[in-house]
Amino acid sequence: MVESVVADGTAEGSQIPITVEFTGGLEMLFSDQRKHQISVSPRDENGNAANVAFLIRYLCEEVMKDQRKDLFVLEETVRPGILVLINDADWELEGEETYELKKGDNILFVSTLHGG
Amino acid sequence: MPPSPCALCSSRALIVRPKNHQKLCKSCFLSIFEEEIHHTITTNALFERGERVAIGASGGKDSTVLASVLKTLNERHNYGVDFVLLSIDEGIKGYRDDSLETVKRNAVQYGMELCIVGYDELYGWTMDQVVEQVGKKGNCTYCGVFRRQALDRGATRLGINHVVTGHNADDIAETVLMNLLRGDLPRLSRTTHIVTSSVSSPIKRSKPLKYAYEKEIVLYAHHKKLDYFSTECIYSPEAFRGSARALIKNLERVRPSAILDVVRSGEDMAKLVPEGVSDVQHCAGRNEATPAGGEEEGSGGCGSGGGRSSGGEMADMEGQLVENESAREREVEITSTITTSNGISAKEKNTTRRHQQQDARKTRKLPRQNMGQCVRCGYLSSQETCKACMLLESLNKSRPKTEIEVGLEDEEEDSSSLRRRMENVVLAGG
Repeated sequence: MVESVVADGTAEGSQIPITVEFTGGLEMLFSDQRKHQISVSPRDENGNAANVAFLIRYLCEEVMKDQRKDLFVLEETVRPGILVLINDADWELEGEETYELKKGDNILFVSTLHGG
Repeated sequence: MPPSPCALCSSRALIVRPKNHQKLCKSCFLSIFEEEIHHTITTNALFERGERVAIGASGGKDSTVLASVLKTLNERHNYGVDFVLLSIDEGIKGYRDDSLETVKRNAVQYGMELCIVGYDELYGWTMDQVVEQVGKKGNCTYCGVFRRQALDRGATRLGINHVVTGHNADDIAETVLMNLLRGDLPRLSRTTHIVTSSVSSPIKRSKPLKYAYEKEIVLYAHHKKLDYFSTECIYSPEAFRGSARALIKNLERVRPSAILDVVRSGEDMAKLVPEGVSDVQHCAGRNEATPAGGEEEGSGGCGSGGGRSSGGEMADMEGQLVENESAREREVEITSTITTSNGISAKEKNTTRRHQQQDARKTRKLPRQNMGQCVRCGYLSSQETCKACMLLESLNKSRPKTEIEVGLEDEEEDSSSLRRRMENVVLAGG
Protein backbone atom coordinates (compact mmCIF):
# COMPACT_ATOMS: atom_id res chain seq x y z
CA MET A 1 0.00 0.00 0.00
CA VAL A 2 2.78 2.36 0.93
CA GLU A 3 4.46 1.67 -2.41
CA SER A 4 1.41 2.52 -4.41
CA VAL A 5 0.98 5.79 -2.60
CA VAL A 6 4.60 6.66 -3.28
CA ALA A 7 4.29 5.55 -6.91
CA ASP A 8 1.21 7.63 -7.45
CA GLY A 9 2.22 11.00 -8.82
CA THR A 10 5.38 11.87 -10.61
CA ALA A 11 7.55 8.77 -10.33
CA GLU A 12 8.47 7.06 -13.59
CA GLY A 13 6.78 3.79 -12.66
CA SER A 14 3.42 5.41 -12.28
CA GLN A 15 3.11 6.30 -15.95
CA ILE A 16 0.66 4.20 -17.94
CA PRO A 17 2.38 2.44 -20.83
CA ILE A 18 0.09 2.05 -23.83
CA THR A 19 0.33 1.38 -27.54
CA VAL A 20 -1.16 3.90 -29.92
CA GLU A 21 -1.57 3.03 -33.61
CA PHE A 22 -2.47 5.16 -36.60
CA THR A 23 -3.67 3.67 -39.88
CA GLY A 24 -5.76 4.44 -42.93
CA GLY A 25 -3.56 7.40 -43.82
CA LEU A 26 -3.32 8.97 -40.35
CA GLU A 27 0.22 7.68 -39.94
CA MET A 28 1.36 10.47 -42.24
CA LEU A 29 0.40 12.97 -39.53
CA PHE A 30 2.50 11.09 -36.98
CA SER A 31 5.95 10.94 -38.52
CA ASP A 32 4.84 8.20 -40.95
CA GLN A 33 4.97 5.82 -38.04
CA ARG A 34 2.12 3.41 -37.49
CA LYS A 35 2.87 2.19 -33.99
CA HIS A 36 3.83 4.41 -31.07
CA GLN A 37 4.73 3.01 -27.65
CA ILE A 38 4.04 5.80 -25.21
CA SER A 39 3.52 6.35 -21.50
CA VAL A 40 0.99 8.83 -20.22
CA SER A 41 0.49 10.34 -16.84
CA PRO A 42 -2.22 8.60 -14.81
CA ARG A 43 -3.80 11.98 -14.07
CA ASP A 44 -4.94 14.64 -16.49
CA GLU A 45 -4.49 18.41 -16.08
CA ASN A 46 -7.27 18.54 -13.51
CA GLY A 47 -6.12 15.56 -11.50
CA ASN A 48 -8.77 13.23 -12.92
CA ALA A 49 -7.95 9.75 -14.16
CA ALA A 50 -6.35 9.85 -17.61
CA ASN A 51 -8.96 9.02 -20.21
CA VAL A 52 -9.13 8.95 -24.00
CA ALA A 53 -10.03 12.65 -24.20
CA PHE A 54 -6.77 13.37 -22.34
CA LEU A 55 -4.89 11.00 -24.62
CA ILE A 56 -6.15 12.83 -27.71
CA ARG A 57 -4.98 16.17 -26.29
CA TYR A 58 -1.65 14.60 -25.37
CA LEU A 59 -1.19 13.16 -28.87
CA CYS A 60 -1.91 16.53 -30.44
CA GLU A 61 0.45 18.41 -28.19
CA GLU A 62 3.26 15.97 -27.61
CA VAL A 63 3.34 13.38 -30.37
CA MET A 64 2.03 15.04 -33.50
CA LYS A 65 4.73 17.00 -35.31
CA ASP A 66 2.53 17.84 -38.27
CA GLN A 67 0.92 21.29 -38.10
CA ARG A 68 -2.36 20.15 -39.62
CA LYS A 69 -4.02 19.35 -36.29
CA ASP A 70 -7.45 19.76 -37.86
CA LEU A 71 -6.89 16.61 -39.89
CA PHE A 72 -6.93 14.69 -36.62
CA VAL A 73 -9.00 16.78 -34.21
CA LEU A 74 -11.99 19.03 -34.78
CA GLU A 75 -13.79 20.81 -31.98
CA GLU A 76 -11.74 19.01 -29.37
CA THR A 77 -12.64 15.52 -30.44
CA VAL A 78 -11.39 13.26 -33.21
CA ARG A 79 -12.48 14.39 -36.60
CA PRO A 80 -15.66 12.74 -37.87
CA GLY A 81 -14.64 9.88 -40.15
CA ILE A 82 -11.83 8.71 -37.89
CA LEU A 83 -12.61 5.45 -36.10
CA VAL A 84 -11.23 4.76 -32.64
CA LEU A 85 -10.73 1.19 -31.48
CA ILE A 86 -9.90 0.48 -27.86
CA ASN A 87 -8.34 -2.96 -27.58
CA ASP A 88 -9.93 -3.77 -30.96
CA ALA A 89 -13.41 -2.72 -29.83
CA ASP A 90 -15.33 0.23 -31.25
CA TRP A 91 -14.84 3.03 -28.72
CA GLU A 92 -18.62 3.48 -28.59
CA LEU A 93 -18.66 0.23 -26.62
CA GLU A 94 -16.12 1.56 -24.15
CA GLY A 95 -17.54 4.97 -23.32
CA GLU A 96 -15.71 6.86 -26.05
CA GLU A 97 -13.65 9.71 -24.59
CA THR A 98 -14.48 8.85 -21.00
CA TYR A 99 -12.71 5.50 -21.20
CA GLU A 100 -9.96 5.47 -18.57
CA LEU A 101 -6.60 4.27 -19.83
CA LYS A 102 -5.13 1.10 -18.41
CA LYS A 103 -1.66 -0.33 -18.58
CA GLY A 104 -1.07 -2.16 -21.85
CA ASP A 105 -4.10 -0.73 -23.66
CA ASN A 106 -4.01 -0.59 -27.44
CA ILE A 107 -5.69 2.49 -28.89
CA LEU A 108 -6.07 2.48 -32.66
CA PHE A 109 -7.06 5.47 -34.76
CA VAL A 110 -8.18 4.58 -38.30
CA SER A 111 -9.07 7.13 -40.91
CA THR A 112 -11.92 6.22 -43.24
CA LEU A 113 -11.44 9.42 -45.17
CA HIS A 114 -8.87 8.28 -47.66
CA GLY A 115 -9.59 7.14 -51.15
CA GLY A 116 -10.58 3.63 -52.04
CA MET B 1 -17.95 -0.14 -18.76
CA PRO B 2 -18.60 -3.87 -18.61
CA PRO B 3 -17.96 -5.69 -21.89
CA SER B 4 -21.02 -5.73 -24.12
CA PRO B 5 -22.18 -9.08 -25.46
CA CYS B 6 -22.69 -9.81 -29.16
CA ALA B 7 -26.36 -9.54 -30.11
CA LEU B 8 -26.18 -12.88 -31.91
CA CYS B 9 -23.83 -15.14 -30.00
CA SER B 10 -23.05 -13.35 -26.71
CA SER B 11 -19.28 -13.33 -27.23
CA ARG B 12 -17.62 -9.99 -26.54
CA ALA B 13 -18.96 -7.36 -28.94
CA LEU B 14 -16.33 -5.35 -30.83
CA ILE B 15 -18.45 -3.54 -33.40
CA VAL B 16 -21.45 -1.23 -33.24
CA ARG B 17 -23.24 -1.23 -36.58
CA PRO B 18 -23.93 2.31 -37.75
CA LYS B 19 -27.21 1.50 -39.42
CA ASN B 20 -28.98 -0.07 -36.44
CA HIS B 21 -26.67 0.19 -33.43
CA GLN B 22 -26.48 -3.60 -33.28
CA LYS B 23 -23.51 -4.82 -31.24
CA LEU B 24 -21.61 -7.69 -32.79
CA CYS B 25 -18.54 -9.79 -32.13
CA LYS B 26 -15.86 -10.02 -34.76
CA SER B 27 -16.95 -13.24 -36.43
CA CYS B 28 -20.65 -12.39 -36.47
CA PHE B 29 -19.79 -8.99 -37.95
CA LEU B 30 -17.64 -10.46 -40.70
CA SER B 31 -20.30 -12.94 -41.70
CA ILE B 32 -23.19 -10.43 -41.57
CA PHE B 33 -21.19 -7.97 -43.66
CA GLU B 34 -20.53 -10.65 -46.28
CA GLU B 35 -24.09 -11.94 -46.32
CA GLU B 36 -25.53 -8.46 -46.78
CA ILE B 37 -23.37 -8.00 -49.85
CA HIS B 38 -24.47 -11.43 -51.05
CA HIS B 39 -28.04 -10.22 -50.57
CA THR B 40 -27.33 -7.08 -52.63
CA ILE B 41 -25.79 -9.23 -55.36
CA THR B 42 -28.63 -11.75 -55.52
CA THR B 43 -31.58 -9.36 -55.21
CA ASN B 44 -30.15 -7.20 -57.98
CA ALA B 45 -29.00 -10.20 -60.04
CA LEU B 46 -25.62 -8.55 -60.52
CA PHE B 47 -23.81 -11.61 -61.83
CA GLU B 48 -24.44 -14.47 -64.19
CA ARG B 49 -22.93 -17.88 -63.94
CA GLY B 50 -19.94 -18.26 -66.22
CA GLU B 51 -19.51 -14.48 -66.47
CA ARG B 52 -16.07 -12.88 -66.41
CA VAL B 53 -16.10 -9.74 -64.31
CA ALA B 54 -13.38 -7.16 -63.78
CA ILE B 55 -12.96 -5.60 -60.34
CA GLY B 56 -11.77 -2.02 -60.68
CA ALA B 57 -8.90 -2.23 -58.18
CA SER B 58 -6.96 0.71 -56.82
CA GLY B 59 -5.33 -0.96 -53.85
CA GLY B 60 -7.43 1.24 -51.54
CA LYS B 61 -9.77 -0.02 -48.82
CA ASP B 62 -12.96 -0.18 -50.87
CA SER B 63 -11.71 -2.13 -53.84
CA THR B 64 -9.56 -4.37 -51.64
CA VAL B 65 -12.56 -5.26 -49.47
CA LEU B 66 -14.67 -5.71 -52.61
CA ALA B 67 -12.17 -8.15 -54.09
CA SER B 68 -11.84 -10.06 -50.84
CA VAL B 69 -15.60 -10.33 -50.25
CA LEU B 70 -16.33 -11.29 -53.87
CA LYS B 71 -13.74 -14.05 -53.70
CA THR B 72 -15.25 -15.32 -50.44
CA LEU B 73 -18.84 -15.20 -51.73
CA ASN B 74 -17.96 -16.67 -55.11
CA GLU B 75 -16.56 -19.70 -53.33
CA ARG B 76 -19.18 -19.89 -50.59
CA HIS B 77 -22.23 -19.45 -52.80
CA ASN B 78 -20.80 -20.87 -55.96
CA TYR B 79 -21.54 -17.89 -58.23
CA GLY B 80 -19.43 -19.43 -60.96
CA VAL B 81 -17.99 -16.00 -61.79
CA ASP B 82 -14.43 -15.50 -62.97
CA PHE B 83 -13.14 -12.35 -61.25
CA VAL B 84 -10.19 -10.42 -62.65
CA LEU B 85 -8.47 -7.37 -61.16
CA LEU B 86 -8.29 -4.34 -63.43
CA SER B 87 -6.13 -1.41 -62.39
CA ILE B 88 -5.48 1.93 -63.96
CA ASP B 89 -2.02 3.42 -63.76
CA GLU B 90 -2.59 7.16 -64.02
CA GLY B 91 1.14 7.75 -63.80
CA ILE B 92 1.32 9.59 -60.48
CA LYS B 93 4.63 8.98 -58.78
CA GLY B 94 4.53 8.42 -55.04
CA TYR B 95 0.83 7.63 -55.17
CA ARG B 96 -0.28 5.23 -57.83
CA ASP B 97 2.98 3.35 -58.16
CA ASP B 98 2.79 2.47 -54.45
CA SER B 99 -0.86 1.52 -54.54
CA LEU B 100 -0.27 -0.68 -57.60
CA GLU B 101 2.22 -2.67 -55.55
CA THR B 102 -0.67 -3.36 -53.16
CA VAL B 103 -2.86 -4.51 -56.04
CA LYS B 104 -0.09 -6.83 -57.23
CA ARG B 105 0.04 -8.41 -53.77
CA ASN B 106 -3.76 -8.67 -53.74
CA ALA B 107 -3.68 -10.50 -57.08
CA VAL B 108 -1.44 -13.13 -55.50
CA GLN B 109 -3.43 -13.25 -52.24
CA TYR B 110 -6.75 -13.70 -54.02
CA GLY B 111 -5.46 -15.79 -56.89
CA MET B 112 -6.86 -13.38 -59.46
CA GLU B 113 -5.49 -12.35 -62.81
CA LEU B 114 -4.35 -8.70 -62.88
CA CYS B 115 -4.42 -6.31 -65.80
CA ILE B 116 -2.91 -2.84 -65.51
CA VAL B 117 -3.57 -0.22 -68.17
CA GLY B 118 -1.59 2.99 -68.12
CA TYR B 119 -2.46 6.48 -69.22
CA ASP B 120 0.96 6.73 -70.83
CA GLU B 121 0.38 3.78 -73.16
CA LEU B 122 -3.22 4.79 -73.94
CA TYR B 123 -2.83 8.54 -74.24
CA GLY B 124 0.88 9.28 -74.35
CA TRP B 125 0.54 11.32 -71.15
CA THR B 126 0.97 10.43 -67.50
CA MET B 127 -0.97 12.49 -64.97
CA ASP B 128 2.33 13.84 -63.68
CA GLN B 129 2.94 15.25 -67.16
CA VAL B 130 -0.64 16.53 -67.45
CA VAL B 131 -0.30 18.38 -64.14
CA GLU B 132 3.01 19.81 -65.25
CA GLN B 133 1.14 21.13 -68.27
CA VAL B 134 -2.21 22.28 -66.89
CA GLY B 135 -1.42 22.81 -63.23
CA LYS B 136 -3.05 21.24 -60.21
CA LYS B 137 -6.33 23.00 -60.74
CA GLY B 138 -8.67 21.18 -63.05
CA ASN B 139 -6.44 18.20 -63.64
CA CYS B 140 -9.13 15.93 -62.14
CA THR B 141 -11.18 16.53 -65.27
CA TYR B 142 -8.47 14.96 -67.40
CA CYS B 143 -7.95 12.13 -64.98
CA GLY B 144 -11.66 11.35 -64.77
CA VAL B 145 -12.28 11.40 -68.51
CA PHE B 146 -9.18 9.32 -69.15
CA ARG B 147 -10.06 6.84 -66.44
CA ARG B 148 -13.47 6.05 -67.82
CA GLN B 149 -12.04 5.13 -71.18
CA ALA B 150 -9.11 3.37 -69.59
CA LEU B 151 -11.38 1.09 -67.55
CA ASP B 152 -13.46 0.36 -70.64
CA ARG B 153 -10.41 -0.33 -72.75
CA GLY B 154 -8.84 -2.47 -70.07
CA ALA B 155 -12.05 -4.48 -69.82
CA THR B 156 -12.26 -4.79 -73.60
CA ARG B 157 -8.68 -5.98 -73.69
CA LEU B 158 -9.67 -8.71 -71.25
CA GLY B 159 -12.76 -9.59 -73.28
CA ILE B 160 -14.95 -8.48 -70.36
CA ASN B 161 -18.10 -6.38 -70.47
CA HIS B 162 -18.81 -5.95 -66.76
CA VAL B 163 -16.74 -3.90 -64.31
CA VAL B 164 -17.55 -3.72 -60.60
CA THR B 165 -16.34 -0.77 -58.55
CA GLY B 166 -15.92 -0.22 -54.82
CA HIS B 167 -18.34 2.69 -54.39
CA ASN B 168 -19.84 2.49 -50.92
CA ALA B 169 -22.93 3.95 -49.21
CA ASP B 170 -20.99 7.00 -48.02
CA ASP B 171 -19.84 7.70 -51.58
CA ILE B 172 -23.39 7.43 -52.91
CA ALA B 173 -24.78 9.61 -50.11
CA GLU B 174 -22.14 12.25 -50.87
CA THR B 175 -23.05 12.17 -54.51
CA VAL B 176 -26.76 12.43 -53.80
CA LEU B 177 -26.10 15.49 -51.66
CA MET B 178 -23.75 17.04 -54.20
CA ASN B 179 -26.25 16.64 -57.00
CA LEU B 180 -29.01 17.93 -54.80
CA LEU B 181 -26.91 20.98 -53.94
CA ARG B 182 -26.16 21.50 -57.62
CA GLY B 183 -29.79 21.09 -58.58
CA ASP B 184 -28.83 18.22 -60.83
CA LEU B 185 -31.69 15.79 -60.43
CA PRO B 186 -31.05 13.82 -63.64
CA ARG B 187 -27.54 13.01 -62.59
CA LEU B 188 -28.67 12.28 -59.07
CA SER B 189 -31.04 9.78 -60.57
CA ARG B 190 -28.40 8.00 -62.60
CA THR B 191 -25.78 7.76 -59.90
CA THR B 192 -28.11 6.08 -57.44
CA HIS B 193 -28.55 3.09 -59.74
CA ILE B 194 -26.67 0.02 -58.67
CA VAL B 195 -26.04 -0.97 -62.26
CA THR B 196 -25.23 1.60 -64.89
CA SER B 197 -24.94 0.68 -68.51
CA SER B 198 -24.90 3.18 -71.26
CA VAL B 199 -25.06 3.45 -74.98
CA SER B 200 -21.73 5.23 -75.02
CA SER B 201 -20.00 2.31 -73.42
CA PRO B 202 -20.36 -1.38 -74.10
CA ILE B 203 -19.21 -2.03 -70.56
CA LYS B 204 -21.71 -2.48 -67.74
CA ARG B 205 -20.76 -1.17 -64.32
CA SER B 206 -22.09 -2.13 -60.93
CA LYS B 207 -21.54 -1.31 -57.28
CA PRO B 208 -21.95 -4.30 -54.96
CA LEU B 209 -20.89 -2.20 -51.93
CA LYS B 210 -23.57 0.39 -52.57
CA TYR B 211 -25.28 -0.26 -49.22
CA ALA B 212 -22.11 -0.87 -47.22
CA TYR B 213 -21.01 1.81 -44.76
CA GLU B 214 -17.50 3.08 -45.15
CA LYS B 215 -17.04 2.50 -41.43
CA GLU B 216 -17.89 -1.17 -41.83
CA ILE B 217 -15.66 -1.49 -44.88
CA VAL B 218 -12.73 -0.15 -42.88
CA LEU B 219 -13.59 -2.38 -39.92
CA TYR B 220 -13.92 -5.39 -42.21
CA ALA B 221 -10.48 -4.67 -43.65
CA HIS B 222 -9.11 -4.21 -40.14
CA HIS B 223 -10.57 -7.35 -38.60
CA LYS B 224 -9.75 -9.46 -41.67
CA LYS B 225 -6.27 -7.93 -41.69
CA LEU B 226 -6.52 -7.08 -45.37
CA ASP B 227 -3.59 -5.51 -47.11
CA TYR B 228 -4.67 -2.11 -48.43
CA PHE B 229 -3.09 1.18 -49.29
CA SER B 230 -4.26 4.52 -47.97
CA THR B 231 -2.93 7.78 -49.23
CA GLU B 232 -4.84 10.58 -50.80
CA CYS B 233 -4.10 11.38 -54.40
CA ILE B 234 -1.47 14.10 -54.24
CA TYR B 235 -3.32 16.15 -56.84
CA SER B 236 -6.89 16.09 -55.58
CA PRO B 237 -8.23 19.14 -53.83
CA GLU B 238 -11.85 18.32 -54.68
CA ALA B 239 -13.37 21.08 -52.60
CA PHE B 240 -17.05 20.50 -53.24
CA ARG B 241 -16.93 16.76 -52.65
CA GLY B 242 -14.83 17.43 -49.57
CA SER B 243 -17.59 19.61 -48.14
CA ALA B 244 -20.27 17.05 -48.93
CA ARG B 245 -18.09 14.42 -47.32
CA ALA B 246 -17.62 16.42 -44.14
CA LEU B 247 -21.36 17.02 -44.01
CA ILE B 248 -22.09 13.29 -44.32
CA LYS B 249 -19.54 12.38 -41.66
CA ASN B 250 -20.97 14.97 -39.30
CA LEU B 251 -24.48 13.68 -39.89
CA GLU B 252 -23.27 10.15 -39.27
CA ARG B 253 -21.93 11.12 -35.89
CA VAL B 254 -25.29 12.53 -34.80
CA ARG B 255 -27.46 9.97 -36.56
CA PRO B 256 -25.58 7.02 -38.06
CA SER B 257 -28.53 5.81 -40.10
CA ALA B 258 -28.48 9.12 -42.02
CA ILE B 259 -26.10 7.74 -44.63
CA LEU B 260 -28.36 4.92 -45.79
CA ASP B 261 -31.35 7.22 -45.40
CA VAL B 262 -29.78 9.66 -47.86
CA VAL B 263 -29.04 6.80 -50.26
CA ARG B 264 -32.67 5.66 -50.04
CA SER B 265 -33.94 9.22 -50.47
CA GLY B 266 -31.78 9.46 -53.56
CA GLU B 267 -33.32 6.29 -54.93
CA ASP B 268 -36.82 7.56 -54.21
CA MET B 269 -36.10 10.90 -55.82
CA ALA B 270 -34.70 9.05 -58.83
CA LYS B 271 -38.08 7.40 -59.31
CA LEU B 272 -39.70 10.81 -59.58
CA VAL B 273 -37.43 11.95 -62.38
CA PRO B 274 -39.22 11.51 -65.72
CA GLU B 275 -37.88 8.89 -68.12
CA GLY B 276 -36.58 11.19 -70.82
CA VAL B 277 -34.75 13.34 -68.33
CA SER B 278 -33.40 10.71 -66.02
CA ASP B 279 -32.14 8.45 -68.70
CA VAL B 280 -29.08 10.52 -69.29
CA GLN B 281 -27.32 7.55 -70.77
CA HIS B 282 -29.03 8.39 -74.00
CA CYS B 283 -27.84 11.94 -73.99
CA ALA B 284 -25.05 13.36 -75.99
CA GLY B 285 -21.62 13.60 -74.63
CA ARG B 286 -22.61 13.02 -71.09
CA ASN B 287 -21.02 9.74 -70.62
CA GLU B 288 -17.74 10.85 -71.95
CA ALA B 289 -18.06 13.89 -69.82
CA THR B 290 -18.65 11.73 -66.80
CA PRO B 291 -15.45 10.45 -65.35
CA ALA B 292 -16.66 7.09 -64.30
CA GLY B 293 -14.85 4.31 -62.62
CA GLY B 294 -13.04 5.52 -59.58
CA GLU B 295 -14.82 8.84 -59.39
CA GLU B 296 -17.82 8.39 -61.57
CA GLU B 297 -19.93 10.43 -59.23
CA GLY B 298 -17.18 12.50 -57.89
CA SER B 299 -16.02 14.58 -60.73
CA GLY B 300 -18.24 17.55 -60.21
CA GLY B 301 -15.88 19.31 -57.91
CA CYS B 302 -13.21 19.02 -60.53
CA GLY B 303 -15.35 20.75 -63.06
CA SER B 304 -16.16 17.98 -65.47
CA GLY B 305 -19.86 18.52 -64.98
CA GLY B 306 -20.96 15.44 -66.85
CA GLY B 307 -24.49 14.20 -66.95
CA ARG B 308 -26.49 17.36 -66.93
CA SER B 309 -29.65 17.18 -68.89
CA SER B 310 -29.51 20.69 -70.21
CA GLY B 311 -27.55 23.86 -70.00
CA GLY B 312 -24.74 22.58 -67.87
CA GLU B 313 -23.42 20.24 -70.45
CA MET B 314 -23.56 22.87 -73.12
CA ALA B 315 -21.74 25.26 -70.88
CA ASP B 316 -19.08 22.65 -70.38
CA MET B 317 -18.76 21.93 -74.05
CA GLU B 318 -18.67 25.62 -74.84
CA GLY B 319 -16.02 26.08 -72.24
CA GLN B 320 -14.04 23.26 -73.73
CA LEU B 321 -14.37 24.70 -77.19
CA VAL B 322 -13.33 28.13 -76.02
CA GLU B 323 -10.33 26.50 -74.44
CA ASN B 324 -9.53 24.73 -77.66
CA GLU B 325 -9.94 27.90 -79.61
CA SER B 326 -7.70 29.81 -77.29
CA ALA B 327 -5.17 27.03 -77.49
CA ARG B 328 -5.20 27.53 -81.23
CA GLU B 329 -4.75 31.23 -80.82
CA ARG B 330 -1.74 30.66 -78.65
CA GLU B 331 -0.40 28.35 -81.23
CA VAL B 332 -0.81 30.90 -84.00
CA GLU B 333 1.43 33.29 -82.17
CA ILE B 334 4.17 30.77 -82.40
CA THR B 335 3.69 28.96 -85.66
CA SER B 336 2.21 31.59 -87.82
CA THR B 337 2.58 29.60 -91.01
CA ILE B 338 -0.20 27.13 -90.45
CA THR B 339 -3.15 29.37 -90.96
CA THR B 340 -4.63 27.02 -93.49
CA SER B 341 -4.93 24.11 -91.18
CA ASN B 342 -6.12 26.50 -88.52
CA GLY B 343 -8.88 27.75 -90.69
CA ILE B 344 -10.04 24.29 -91.45
CA SER B 345 -10.08 23.12 -87.93
CA ALA B 346 -11.87 26.22 -86.71
CA LYS B 347 -14.55 25.60 -89.28
CA GLU B 348 -14.78 22.02 -88.17
CA LYS B 349 -15.23 23.17 -84.64
CA ASN B 350 -18.04 25.45 -85.60
CA THR B 351 -19.75 22.62 -87.35
CA THR B 352 -19.26 20.43 -84.35
CA ARG B 353 -20.60 23.11 -82.12
CA ARG B 354 -23.74 23.55 -84.15
CA HIS B 355 -24.13 19.83 -84.19
CA GLN B 356 -23.89 19.73 -80.44
CA GLN B 357 -26.32 22.54 -79.96
CA GLN B 358 -28.82 20.70 -82.09
CA ASP B 359 -28.19 17.56 -80.15
CA ALA B 360 -28.62 19.29 -76.85
CA ARG B 361 -31.92 20.72 -77.96
CA LYS B 362 -33.10 17.36 -79.12
CA THR B 363 -32.14 15.60 -75.94
CA ARG B 364 -34.39 17.77 -73.87
CA LYS B 365 -37.27 15.91 -75.35
CA LEU B 366 -36.02 12.83 -77.04
CA PRO B 367 -33.59 10.17 -76.11
CA ARG B 368 -30.58 10.34 -78.35
CA GLN B 369 -29.83 7.41 -80.50
CA ASN B 370 -27.13 8.37 -82.97
CA MET B 371 -24.13 7.05 -81.17
CA GLY B 372 -21.11 6.83 -83.36
CA GLN B 373 -17.44 6.35 -83.03
CA CYS B 374 -14.85 8.96 -82.26
CA VAL B 375 -13.19 9.85 -85.56
CA ARG B 376 -9.79 9.86 -83.88
CA CYS B 377 -9.68 6.85 -81.62
CA GLY B 378 -12.73 4.80 -82.55
CA TYR B 379 -14.10 4.88 -79.02
CA LEU B 380 -17.88 4.98 -78.82
CA SER B 381 -18.91 8.59 -78.80
CA SER B 382 -21.92 10.72 -79.54
CA GLN B 383 -19.64 13.47 -80.75
CA GLU B 384 -17.39 13.30 -83.75
CA THR B 385 -14.46 13.54 -81.42
CA CYS B 386 -14.69 11.96 -77.99
CA LYS B 387 -14.00 13.97 -74.88
CA ALA B 388 -10.68 12.26 -74.21
CA CYS B 389 -9.44 13.11 -77.71
CA MET B 390 -10.54 16.71 -77.26
CA LEU B 391 -8.61 16.96 -74.03
CA LEU B 392 -5.65 15.24 -75.62
CA GLU B 393 -5.71 17.66 -78.48
CA SER B 394 -5.40 20.63 -76.18
CA LEU B 395 -2.62 18.87 -74.29
CA ASN B 396 -0.74 17.95 -77.42
CA LYS B 397 -1.00 21.49 -78.71
CA SER B 398 1.00 22.68 -75.79
CA ARG B 399 3.71 20.12 -76.11
CA PRO B 400 5.42 21.45 -79.25
CA LYS B 401 5.00 24.98 -77.92
CA THR B 402 7.36 24.27 -75.09
CA GLU B 403 9.81 22.59 -77.39
CA ILE B 404 9.85 25.56 -79.73
CA GLU B 405 10.71 27.91 -76.94
CA VAL B 406 13.55 25.68 -75.95
CA GLY B 407 14.69 25.08 -79.49
CA LEU B 408 14.68 28.64 -80.73
CA GLU B 409 18.40 28.98 -80.68
CA ASP B 410 18.91 25.52 -81.90
CA GLU B 411 20.68 25.15 -85.20
CA GLU B 412 18.17 22.57 -86.26
CA GLU B 413 15.33 24.94 -85.60
CA ASP B 414 14.17 25.03 -89.19
CA SER B 415 13.82 21.35 -89.71
CA SER B 416 12.34 20.72 -86.32
CA SER B 417 9.79 23.48 -86.60
CA LEU B 418 8.84 22.15 -90.02
CA ARG B 419 8.33 18.77 -88.47
CA ARG B 420 6.16 20.37 -85.87
CA ARG B 421 4.12 22.16 -88.44
CA MET B 422 3.57 18.83 -90.09
CA GLU B 423 2.41 17.42 -86.81
CA ASN B 424 0.01 20.27 -86.44
CA VAL B 425 -1.35 19.70 -89.89
CA VAL B 426 -1.97 16.10 -89.08
CA LEU B 427 -3.58 17.02 -85.79
CA ALA B 428 -5.83 19.65 -87.21
CA GLY B 429 -6.85 17.48 -90.11
CA GLY B 430 -7.63 14.50 -87.91
